[in-house]
Amino acid sequence: MKVTLPGLDLKNPIMPASGCFGFGKEFAQFYDLSELGAVIMKAATQEQRFGNGTPRVAEASSGMLNAIGLQNPGVDNIIEREIPFLQTKDIPIIANVAGSTIEEYVKVAIKISRHVHALELNISCPNVKEGGVQFGTDPELAARVTRQVVEASAVPVYVKLSPNVTDIVAIAKAVEGAGASGLSMINTLTGMRINLQTRKPIIANQIGGLSGAAIKPVAIRMIHQVYTAVNIPIIGMGGVETADDVIEFMLAGASAVAIGSANFKNPLICKEIIDQLPHTLERYGFSTITEVIGGAHHETVTAGLLRP
Amino acid sequence: MKREWMKIVDHKEIARDTYRLVLQGDIVSDVTDPGQFVHVQVSQDYYLRRPVSISDINPEERTMTLLYKVMGQGTDALTRKAVGEKIDVLGPGGQGFPVESVGTKHALLVGGGIGVPPLHYLAKRLRDRGVKVTSILGFQSKADVFLIEEFKELGNVHVTTNDGSTGHHGLVTDLFFEIDEPFDTYFTCGPTVMLKAVSEHLSHIPGYISMEERMGCGIGACFACVVPAHDEKGYRRICCDGPVFEASEVMLT
Repeated sequence: MKVTLPGLDLKNPIMPASGCFGFGKEFAQFYDLSELGAVIMKAATQEQRFGNGTPRVAEASSGMLNAIGLQNPGVDNIIEREIPFLQTKDIPIIANVAGSTIEEYVKVAIKISRHVHALELNISCPNVKEGGVQFGTDPELAARVTRQVVEASAVPVYVKLSPNVTDIVAIAKAVEGAGASGLSMINTLTGMRINLQTRKPIIANQIGGLSGAAIKPVAIRMIHQVYTAVNIPIIGMGGVETADDVIEFMLAGASAVAIGSANFKNPLICKEIIDQLPHTLERYGFSTITEVIGGAHHETVTAGLLRP
Repeated sequence: MKREWMKIVDHKEIARDTYRLVLQGDIVSDVTDPGQFVHVQVSQDYYLRRPVSISDINPEERTMTLLYKVMGQGTDALTRKAVGEKIDVLGPGGQGFPVESVGTKHALLVGGGIGVPPLHYLAKRLRDRGVKVTSILGFQSKADVFLIEEFKELGNVHVTTNDGSTGHHGLVTDLFFEIDEPFDTYFTCGPTVMLKAVSEHLSHIPGYISMEERMGCGIGACFACVVPAHDEKGYRRICCDGPVFEASEVMLT
């Protein structure tokens, strides 16, 4: 079940996705977080952020919309009050780094990278007015912020890509060229729901990010495309709910998999998938987890029935 | 807080679009305060659990009574769950109304619509401590009224409706000056506009408000259900710091 990636020795490839797990404390009442492959913390910004108005979430078919707005206590408080708890667990910690300007990204990266194993550079949050996704939808800007954060960071940098682009391969190649050690993909797709009674968008921010099973085929397609175009590992995410989903993401090209909104349906989901994974691997004819990575790209057996 | 498949032992419509759901399981023994809630998963098709406040518990029978209103597809699907089926419940969640620590002699309970249910268990707990309870319960219309008899067993009850089809025609706040004996503390649950009006009218006495909001995880991790607060921290999470707050603690907008 072991997977080794830049900065990350994962005892299994499963980790909770940023923003769906806080800083872990709330989930520690349900299971021992040491069972996770890693943990990706909620986004950190330079200063404390209060986020958007409420409602911040809405149900959607096979998914949900959210527009939290990167609410977080600020990088200093995260280092002081949140990371020490996660450090007591035997797992690599990935810090999600957000900002409104390149300077802010760099400042946060300098501070937080000394306390974690890797950074996830968030250039894809759809729910904040300035910064965030504007860096993630333009290859040149994406490369610029990546280059500066890589330079500033004491640990490997994974860039979290936005699916709200025409050509995700171009962005992926641009950040690889700028020194990213890996990619994480995909962030949410932008969406909206309208309340028929009030005739207004349900979410106070109007637009939210769609997550859940509804976006899984988009994530699989994008990972499949990007895998062939880059030489850095991908942490896959977007609608993962089962051990079968994990295999599907890894066949598309992911080296590890993050679980997001499924944590809301079932707070024990990460642990349950980790427990099921060995059996699922066996069922589909794999002897190690690393064999699965990119399997869809080099499969030569014409029909599964013929596999020895 | 735990996740449990609780057994449905009763499920009936008790007013327009309002259902009583009685669940049996171990979570009941973890309920400490009135005003706590459970986070109900209607089915695997839904990403967001539905937070429902606990209206009453029966520790001997290991049951809890939930009252919910059909607000959309998810709660509509919940109405089709049958007695005997099991349902995925996370709970109990949140900080409820203080009962032991409040030195009240006469409590005013103000409920609006589907905010009425948690006040029922509160009224029982207050009465058990010898506190006099007066309730003002507001509904849209006669067809929406529920729990009146239960509240009457616990103290004086005043009913208001928006259309005047039963009780006082008007708002819950209209009746504050008609209550003969002075009350020293209020407890309220309902739509935020009502909470705001109640807390403004009664700002001279201590009060506790229970808030509702669309929730994500329901355990404090996702920051979907926040309310601005007056202190330096600047916010509270409704699911775990609340849903009950001292009225002066949070900013109602």
